[in-house]
Amino acid sequence: MARMVTTRNKVISTAAAWLVGFLIFFPILWMVLASFKTELEAFAIPPSFLFFHWTTENYVTVQERSDYLHHALNSIIIAGGSTLIAMLIAIPAAWSMAFSPTKRTKDVLLWMLSTKMMPPVGVLVPIYLIYRTFGLLDTRSGLIFILCLGNLPIVIWMLFTYFKEIPKDILEAARMDGATIGRELIYVLTPMAVPGLASTLLLNLILAWNEAFWTLNLSTLEAAPLTVFIASYSSPEGLFWAKLSAASTLAIAPILVLGWFSQRQLVRGLTFGAVK
Amino acid sequence: MKNVLCAVAGAAALLISAPSIAQTTLTVATVNNSDMIRMQGLTSEFTAKNPDITVKWVTLEENVLRQRVTTDIATKGGQFDVLTIGTYEVPIWAKKSWLVPLDKLGADYDVGDLLPKIKDAVSVDGKLYAAPFYGESSMVMYRTDLFDKAGLKMPESPTWDFVVDAAKKLTDKAGGVYGICLRGKAGWGENMAFLTAMSNSFGARWFDEKWEPQFNSPEWKKTLTTYVDLMKQAGPPGASSNGFNENLALFSAGKCAMWIDATVAASMVTNPKDSKVADKVGFALAPNTGLGKNANWLWAWSLAIPAGSKKVDAAEKFIAWATSKDYTKLVASKEGWSNVPPGTRTSLYKNPDYLKVAPFAKLTLASIDAADPNKPTVKPVPYVGVQYAAIPEFQGIGTQVGQQFSAALSGSTTVDAALTAAQSVTEREMKRAGYIK
Repeated sequence: MARMVTTRNKVISTAAAWLVGFLIFFPILWMVLASFKTELEAFAIPPSFLFFHWTTENYVTVQERSDYLHHALNSIIIAGGSTLIAMLIAIPAAWSMAFSPTKRTKDVLLWMLSTKMMPPVGVLVPIYLIYRTFGLLDTRSGLIFILCLGNLPIVIWMLFTYFKEIPKDILEAARMDGATIGRELIYVLTPMAVPGLASTLLLNLILAWNEAFWTLNLSTLEAAPLTVFIASYSSPEGLFWAKLSAASTLAIAPILVLGWFSQRQLVRGLTFGAVK
Repeated sequence: MKNVLCAVAGAAALLISAPSIAQTTLTVATVNNSDMIRMQGLTSEFTAKNPDITVKWVTLEENVLRQRVTTDIATKGGQFDVLTIGTYEVPIWAKKSWLVPLDKLGADYDVGDLLPKIKDAVSVDGKLYAAPFYGESSMVMYRTDLFDKAGLKMPESPTWDFVVDAAKKLTDKAGGVYGICLRGKAGWGENMAFLTAMSNSFGARWFDEKWEPQFNSPEWKKTLTTYVDLMKQAGPPGASSNGFNENLALFSAGKCAMWIDATVAASMVTNPKDSKVADKVGFALAPNTGLGKNANWLWAWSLAIPAGSKKVDAAEKFIAWATSKDYTKLVASKEGWSNVPPGTRTSLYKNPDYLKVAPFAKLTLASIDAADPNKPTVKPVPYVGVQYAAIPEFQGIGTQVGQQFSAALSGSTTVDAALTAAQSVTEREMKRAGYIK
């Protein structure tokens, strides 16, 4: 009897999980479907779900009108570059704050977070002037720099909380056994921190990939990433939904695929600590 | 021998000088609409004639473009050589000396051929600061079949009374047909473009001669009451989130008996590829109340050169090409007369080839002529602009007021409360900006 209930519960919870998953995934699915419709069908009321005239003309138009690969390459370089630099700065910072905290550690952490509370548009003009003076407008290095700065507080906070979860006793035990700092870092700490590092890396990559304010405002052509590519397909006057969907599908495809492949790390990292 | 040496030296000089023709790269910032995309496709025709110029395009959504270009021009960032701006920006930016006056467009440009109202809208003190690429007003688009069936006849210049009456008669909610579709989505360029133009026809104005906001006037109350009542009785459900695109979709699908919006929509709703009602659309001037002003706006996307640009000559050459009569002919020869950019030149509206394919041409022209940015309202006002007041503060104020009016339409506030809130918001912002004490 008990077994039957368990099976029924299993079925129900599986169905519920699939339902929630489907609901969350639906906007993306809808966008992908719209990208294969004609402009008129993309706008049709009531909307058609699967039974419409499938067409790839939007992808052809998008390909003809703009240079997807140029924008995608910029996105990869900017998101990847800013993430790597942020990690390089954040790991030692979080490490020192987690394992040898001082009186001011808490204040420093809060102060870092407080920079995220300011709306970016408030500093748009000063940043723009600085970038103009140093010739950083419309350059990849300029965008890498600003995205790195923007994400650093989040990266440091995430890493700090992961490192704090690691018991100091283990490190002490390693020291007792005569491990040097280098060995301690590589053989003791890193294996324990990998899920945390991986999920921070991925989250930061996604944040940098999706960042639209700075990338739209500080780039024009040469350094323009995929956000600019999408913005060129939106229009308040005229039917552009299908083309916009096609452009958006192309823009999120790389990061979506990356997300799928690394979901195990991502989930493990995000629930790190709770399941120990 | 000497001759040979000379020849060799000459040839060498030629070889050296040939690739060194200075290449100028123009970066053009523009909006995403079909006319601009078409121009992008035809750029090679320009560069073929001007091999020393390369043209690069930055296409952005209208609001993103506005923010991007404003930041750049205000900080003299120099990222763009040619800007696409609207009639709202031209007077403000020209007064700040942000734009280069266009006085070298060439002898065959024929400035006199530009439509007078459009030319006024992009000129300051008689000087042209931007060249209009396409112009638009607003008008009534209506379903001739539904009007015939109901035994109604649309006058060429209808009154609001007629429009309200007809909308109620034509509404068949069970059959999914609504008497009228109007903008409801909040925004200074969304519902406020329509409502400001509508208020002009009711004798209302944004500010009096001393810049005092006028939302407490009976004219504004009548405007907003008429609009909200009309939309409640004869409008589609969820109208408070409808903008141009949503209404275009509704009208093209045959859900609206009337739609008052931009004249550029005319070519979209009569295009059988995108519209189910392509052969059943009639046009009329935007409604009035007999006070001498119709509820239509005036807008022109125009090309301008930012002050401080180092490539003024090349940029002006490009602008002259893109807004010339020859460009119109080029588009006609490649894509047909129905695809030429409308609303900028008198000669287009005398061209029999164009008139043949554009049944809406006559009313587009009449609508543009009926709007006067320098005298937009029945009572005198201190600002220029028909569906906006051309002051920098208007974007912010217009959007806040638009949110109040959108809320009145959705029913979450009353007409009176929305007007009171609009008045206090506008007063506060105008005081802060120093227009009034």
